Amino acid sequence: MRKQNLNINVEYLTRVEGHGNIVVNVKEGKLETCRLDIVEAPRFFEGMLRGRSVFEAQHITSRICGICACGHTLASIQAAEDALGVIPTAQTISLRKLLLHLEILDSHILHIYLLVAPDLLGVKSFVPLIDSHNKVVRRALRMKKACNELCEILVGRHVHPISAIVGGFTKLPGEKELDAMLHLLKGIKPDMEATVDLAASLKFPEFERDTEYVSLVSDDAEYPLLMGDIGSTDGVRMNKRDYRAITNEFIVPHSSAKHTMLSRNAYAVGALARFNLNCEKLRPEAKQVAVAIGMKPKCINPYLNTAAQLIECVHCLDDAIAIVEGLKQKGIDHNEQILTDLDQQMKVAVKAGNGVGAVEVPRGTLFHNYELDENGVIVNANCIIPTNQNLNNVERDMEKLVPEIVNRSEEEITLSLEMLVRAYDPCISCSTHFLDVKFVA
Amino acid sequence: MIKPKTAFFDFACCEGCQLQVANLGESLLDVLHFLDIVEFREVMSEKWDKDLDIAVIEGSITNDHAVERIKEIREKSDILIAIGSCATIGGVNGMKNNFELEEIRKYVYGPSYQFFQTQKTMAVHQVVKVDYKVHGCPIYQPEFLHVVQCALHGYPYYVPDRPVCCECKLNENVCMYDRGVTCLGPVTRAGCNSWCINNGNVCYGCRGMVSNPNEKGAQDVLAKNGISIDFILNKMNMYNKCRELDKHA
Repeated sequence: MRKQNLNINVEYLTRVEGHGNIVVNVKEGKLETCRLDIVEAPRFFEGMLRGRSVFEAQHITSRICGICACGHTLASIQAAEDALGVIPTAQTISLRKLLLHLEILDSHILHIYLLVAPDLLGVKSFVPLIDSHNKVVRRALRMKKACNELCEILVGRHVHPISAIVGGFTKLPGEKELDAMLHLLKGIKPDMEATVDLAASLKFPEFERDTEYVSLVSDDAEYPLLMGDIGSTDGVRMNKRDYRAITNEFIVPHSSAKHTMLSRNAYAVGALARFNLNCEKLRPEAKQVAVAIGMKPKCINPYLNTAAQLIECVHCLDDAIAIVEGLKQKGIDHNEQILTDLDQQMKVAVKAGNGVGAVEVPRGTLFHNYELDENGVIVNANCIIPTNQNLNNVERDMEKLVPEIVNRSEEEITLSLEMLVRAYDPCISCSTHFLDVKFVA
Repeated sequence: MIKPKTAFFDFACCEGCQLQVANLGESLLDVLHFLDIVEFREVMSEKWDKDLDIAVIEGSITNDHAVERIKEIREKSDILIAIGSCATIGGVNGMKNNFELEEIRKYVYGPSYQFFQTQKTMAVHQVVKVDYKVHGCPIYQPEFLHVVQCALHGYPYYVPDRPVCCECKLNENVCMYDRGVTCLGPVTRAGCNSWCINNGNVCYGCRGMVSNPNEKGAQDVLAKNGISIDFILNKMNMYNKCRELDKHA
């Protein structure tokens, strides 16, 4: 029997850029509303940055998100250095790439284990898994703990890193610290293999919608995460400074997070986008995993973003080991230790300028843009968050998905929608909140 | 023993302090041994609408809805613990108070700014009574555990009212002023074990000011290094802008 009316209202799921709801409304068999509402209390970071020293921007913007603090740090530093004309050393770039790998690893593990796995194992949250899949939960916590310890060694702490700043690092790891990091990274390997086995046994929902995928691209052989141009599966390639022409932000009344579009009515960023554009540049071990779980570009099932995250975990772990081994071999130059601040040692000269940072953080391409006056004080700031870029695409997915599953039970429909939004990994906290579902009939 | 019913709530913040709690690792299991956590959105999907023994609050109060919500939570909770700079001193959200609200709304959201209601950022104690404070951006985990112990025993917790320098000296760091850089350690509350300076960076004042800063000493240091009062005030306001609202309270 075809359902005539359906009204789904998943209320008060929180923080993506904050609180939000899923609203779906089918009337007399016709889809009337299909929205992901974002209704959070805005924090006005871009406005608050005005009048602050460019050397404070990293510190302030890492506070946009406790979960992706290292990603914001890297995008912010890149924008500041672009504006000031600072060229980071090879050692600094290696350490930043290492930091980004740790951030992606940490975030993806959380998403795969604590948010997605419970759905695929048929439970409501990870809590019941503590009893039923104790080993799995312990493995997840163990991997997460190792990532935290790695960040602690590299930048002081994971939530709001301390030592990564404009110009380099305020504290550099010594021989002992490099060994400790290597030990921790290699300790994750067996758990990663078990993770791959687990993921290979999971069955993801079948759903496809062709869309445009956007991520960093480059001409060299490295899987681009920290640096590159912006590319898309529709053949767009632009310099990061043209980011406004890529994101084309617009405001919709039901959302306090801005929406974006490029060549079509929506585009997607994140692990699946990166896989679709750059999978031939993954490390061999990650490529093997892709083959083993049957992932090929161009993959247009948004639920498989989680599978792409798994592939990236393998890549980031192996590449992190390679980076640390490389640093060990070369030895760290401790003369590069630096502390920069406005109006002080002038280790980094200030000038007027305009700079853009574009970094692949766990959930997609993150843009920071600062315009500075001649004293290095920020006069204009703009940050474009991956989750915002995905909101429009999620809604287009929902529009296609709902008619395909409209004859299922309300519970099944709600779960499918929650899982869809969750696959984009909007942020751990908001995703857990999707579990509170309210039907307004 | 009856475990106290405890819930975590967040307001305007990055949720990094809840993450610090979730990341406690094995110590978290110890905490769970003594607390019955009935709501903790970052790691649980359960919700609780009855009375609470302990409410843990993260984030600043930035709109009417938040004012109502924090009052309701206060009403039904025996003990209220504010965690993190956003909750205890307003934190980075306070920088918004440097601007006219209408101006900053227009700046961020353009012509559609009227969709986005906001008001002056306030720390939690500027709206309701707070029983315990865990300062810091993010919170320092050992201090959080200590405060939870105090709350469980019904003891008061006294936030250290000496400057970060006391801890920094014990950690044998070279003074940032001797390295030619401005640091807010001399006027900022200790209790973080000089976390940032240990990692080669300066103190940004995230724990709020000591109640009786050595003003004369600080002025001497500033004069010796040629640093203007405006410069240091601007630095202080990164975390401490909301203290202005205390003066008028």
